[in-house]
Amino acid sequence: MSETPASLRRLAAQDPRDRGGPAQPMLIVQGLRKYFPIRAGLLNRRVAEVKAVDDVSFFVMKGETLGIVGESGCGKSTLARLLMHLTPKDEGAVILDGEAVGGAGGVPLDGLRRSLQMVFQDSSSSLNPRLPIEQSIAYGPRVQGARPKAARARARALMEKVGLNPTLFGPRYPHEMSGGQKQRVNIARALSLDPRLLILDEAVSALDKSVEAQVLNLLSDLKKQFNLTYIFISHDLHVVRYISDRVMVMYLGQVVEIGPSESIYEAPKHPYTRALLACRLTMDPRERVDAAPLAGDPPSPVRPPPGCRFHTRCAFAEDVCKRVAPRLDGALELSAESHLAACHMDKAGSGHSRAMH
Amino acid sequence: MNDMTSIDVAAAEPFLSVEDLRVRFVSREATVRAVNGVSFGLRRGQVLCVIGESGSGKSVMMRSLLRLHPKKRTVIEGRIRVGEHDIGALSDRSMIRLRGALMSMVFQEPMTALDPLYTVGDQIAETVLRHEGGSRKQAFERALELLDLVRVPSPERRLKAFPHELSGGLRQRAVIAMALSCRPSLLLADEPTTALDASVQIQVLVLLRKLQRELGMSMIFVTHDLGVAAQIADQVAVMYAGRIVEYGEAADVLLNPQHPYTRAMLAATAKDQDRSRPLEAIGGAPPDLRHLPDGCSFAARCKYVVAPCQVGAPPEVVAARGHMARCVRAAVAAGDLAFDEAGVTAR
Repeated sequence: MSETPASLRRLAAQDPRDRGGPAQPMLIVQGLRKYFPIRAGLLNRRVAEVKAVDDVSFFVMKGETLGIVGESGCGKSTLARLLMHLTPKDEGAVILDGEAVGGAGGVPLDGLRRSLQMVFQDSSSSLNPRLPIEQSIAYGPRVQGARPKAARARARALMEKVGLNPTLFGPRYPHEMSGGQKQRVNIARALSLDPRLLILDEAVSALDKSVEAQVLNLLSDLKKQFNLTYIFISHDLHVVRYISDRVMVMYLGQVVEIGPSESIYEAPKHPYTRALLACRLTMDPRERVDAAPLAGDPPSPVRPPPGCRFHTRCAFAEDVCKRVAPRLDGALELSAESHLAACHMDKAGSGHSRAMH
Repeated sequence: MNDMTSIDVAAAEPFLSVEDLRVRFVSREATVRAVNGVSFGLRRGQVLCVIGESGSGKSVMMRSLLRLHPKKRTVIEGRIRVGEHDIGALSDRSMIRLRGALMSMVFQEPMTALDPLYTVGDQIAETVLRHEGGSRKQAFERALELLDLVRVPSPERRLKAFPHELSGGLRQRAVIAMALSCRPSLLLADEPTTALDASVQIQVLVLLRKLQRELGMSMIFVTHDLGVAAQIADQVAVMYAGRIVEYGEAADVLLNPQHPYTRAMLAATAKDQDRSRPLEAIGGAPPDLRHLPDGCSFAARCKYVVAPCQVGAPPEVVAARGHMARCVRAAVAAGDLAFDEAGVTAR
């Protein structure tokens, strides 16, 4: 186990809710797996399965922001739902600050929901249209046993924190607010139970650029104020670079690369990450792309290609890639600096002609 | 067009011209002024990108080109000319003939633009039959050709597919195929790539640019993403509160932005920003289109605001290559626009 950066250690040390100590990651995910069955026929038999999340392991340090990127269908949203226990997992373990979640002797689910909250992409459909927003924010604390008066006071304080005037906005309904304001409400609601880890699933993707900047700044402020850890899921690679300490790249339900943000963006190892980064648009009309870096769509997660799942779209694919699935070794060696890629080219002696010998 | 001169005139004259377009939505409670005096021209084979945030009037402007607004509730003023047609003066019947044939539109959300109950082939063939007649067989052959044109892999199979059986990227290609089915001269694209993944977005952008060039179409492309505009635009128009606040060649507007709003938008993007500093977000919110301020609509959020901004709508300052900014601080220096940081001319 390597040294935790001093800034992270200080953050964790200040928090009375801390159980595992500063070096204990906020979240460890071990071999998480979720296959959705496809049923058909007269007997409704299981004929196939969608391998949405397939053997995913990673960790998130305290006070860190982990960005998760990938194309639609790569399993990033399923992963978020599995972490929240909104979808039951098939296999694997989720360890929150040193304690396993669920099962005998583990953290119970309502305890989990107090520590772990989520902000969804669609700011309107995630709010109850029939509740004034003050009540929406106070709902969580009420359910968890707070008195009405205390819950309302908490809601008003949080609205202040996210930049909404509680007297003006408190009695409003979601349809009376703009997209950016609604997303602020969702953030306030997620914070109402005083969580330690926030999962932001495409939380700024539906917003206009100028509003997106406001919300990103708000998220950075709140992170410091409330001593939060973020998992930030997005398909916008510019935003992920700006907000994340480390970045995890997913493809067809698996992690293909993980590492510190700088080194992923400056020196990507996996060909998929490289192609994905090449899809970023420049602001310079003189630097136009004439051919798309990634052709076609990802293959179906029902029948993922054998070997490396990316080999069908990879420019460097060789025979070994079609036969042997590259592994992401050392995903749970707790070092914030390690940069890993599941690619044969990155493994010495893998049999790929470009691998180190 | 028999002699050379008339061809030259036709090439120089814009294919689409919009003059002082104003669109108001009237209801019992309020009047929403969505578009407030928009003028521009677009030549044949050129791509104009309209950039703006929600509520800037960009989609309303596009829809008025096709006259898609409900008649009873909408007041449209100004002149729209496409080719030799005066859009405002056309009868409903001739308008129906023009939609899809002279100009057609690609919408943002391909899933809602397609009918879930019919196959992709049925829907493309229907458009072809409606405008060009012929037999069903010919229409399906044309549909197959079109799917091939927009580079849909194994088009024969996709022709018989329902919209839900296609991925987002393929669906959007099918919608584009449908829009191109009657060889329109003007393609209106309303955020066609916003709902797509970055990897698919770039595929669709490259495809649209290629098709636009091959078919010699003019195109208006609405987006809120400056990176998309940089990829596809010949000219860029930046809209705010129903007005074009900056206009010019793509390189001029994106690399040498002059209006404070364009500058603020570029500064607010997360691209290549220092992680240790907060983003330069634009404070506040766009104005309420029911009660627009008298002066510059951006004045309330502008960090360069001076007294004259509040008085009247700022003048259009035009420089070389038609680069225009609607700001009291914009000035022309050596032919190009130059932003007056100190505010000398604005006094």
